[in-house]
Amino acid sequence: MPILIREQRYHHIKALLARLRLDASARVVVLVEKDGQQIAAHGEVGALDTTSLASLVAGNVAATGGMAKLIGEKEFPTLSHEGDKESIHISVIGRILLVVVFDQRSSLGLVKLRSKQVSQELAAAFAEIERESAASDKSSLPFSEITDEEIDSLFVQN
Amino acid sequence: MTFINYASREINCKIVYYGPGLCGKTTNLQHIYDATAPQAKGKLISLATETDRTLFFDFMPLELGTVRGFKTRFHLYTVPGQVFYEASRKLILKGVDGVVFVADSQEERMDANIESLYNLEENLRAHGYDLLKIPYVLQLNKRDLPNVIPSEDLAVELQKKGEPVVEAVASTGVGVFDTLKAVAKQVLTELRKS
Repeated sequence: MPILIREQRYHHIKALLARLRLDASARVVVLVEKDGQQIAAHGEVGALDTTSLASLVAGNVAATGGMAKLIGEKEFPTLSHEGDKESIHISVIGRILLVVVFDQRSSLGLVKLRSKQVSQELAAAFAEIERESAASDKSSLPFSEITDEEIDSLFVQN
Repeated sequence: MTFINYASREINCKIVYYGPGLCGKTTNLQHIYDATAPQAKGKLISLATETDRTLFFDFMPLELGTVRGFKTRFHLYTVPGQVFYEASRKLILKGVDGVVFVADSQEERMDANIESLYNLEENLRAHGYDLLKIPYVLQLNKRDLPNVIPSEDLAVELQKKGEPVVEAVASTGVGVFDTLKAVAKQVLTELRKS
């Protein structure tokens, strides 16, 4: 069964990300599912390729999670990458990854604190998404009645 | 895992290209990237060694078009083919919606194909998937080389469940989009079934 993100949930998550961005003085905040799919992004996205970022963050977390297991840890709950000007902080919250991109306007300590404060609410919001997805009426999916012609038309468009 | 976002009207699916080392997985993605209009694709990310061997994965998002008001996006991944990158290979299969197995048609790579296919089944199983049940395409690549095994013989050895078999020369693009289309169709049809 696919993961369904309804408008109300999406806007709720966007609002949580907006608050975090403000509280942490961050540049961009992105919520990613552990398999690499972006759920939502907020902030000075501009030219930042958040789709690629989502996939690389998931790869990063998966690789460090593998390392954690090798040394007998369950996982590393946070990852930080500090650059000269821009930095990234990643929190692993169950099946979701909270990514905060920040610069000199903020600090790692502040980002860590604010990320932790919002993580429970984000976890609860995603749990609702998972619950709704599992309980959703399968025939209501947008593609439940898709025809072969419609599928073929995708390949004609390109 | 397919993601359907009602707010942004998007459907996102994940397709993984699997196969032995140097079979042409990255070459498939490179051709799709080169042959696709800029507005339909994102960046092609390659996490590769200095000698251009895939170290972790390649990734590119591809937008196919709109169906029933939803943008249809496929996230294409490759795995590292070399045997010793087993841990990374397994990670990339997480949440996969469809798999392309790229076989190297050369006679001397037959054992490597069989080993990689077996490895695919094992790694899928580790994530709770069954190769016999997920959208799947077998691509017979490098058909232009002189020492290739006849396609029929390769299919007898490698075909698992009557999946589409596509002959290809990924370096020139032959069969690359046919392969993608075959797997994407199955993924979308699966959504209809679900």
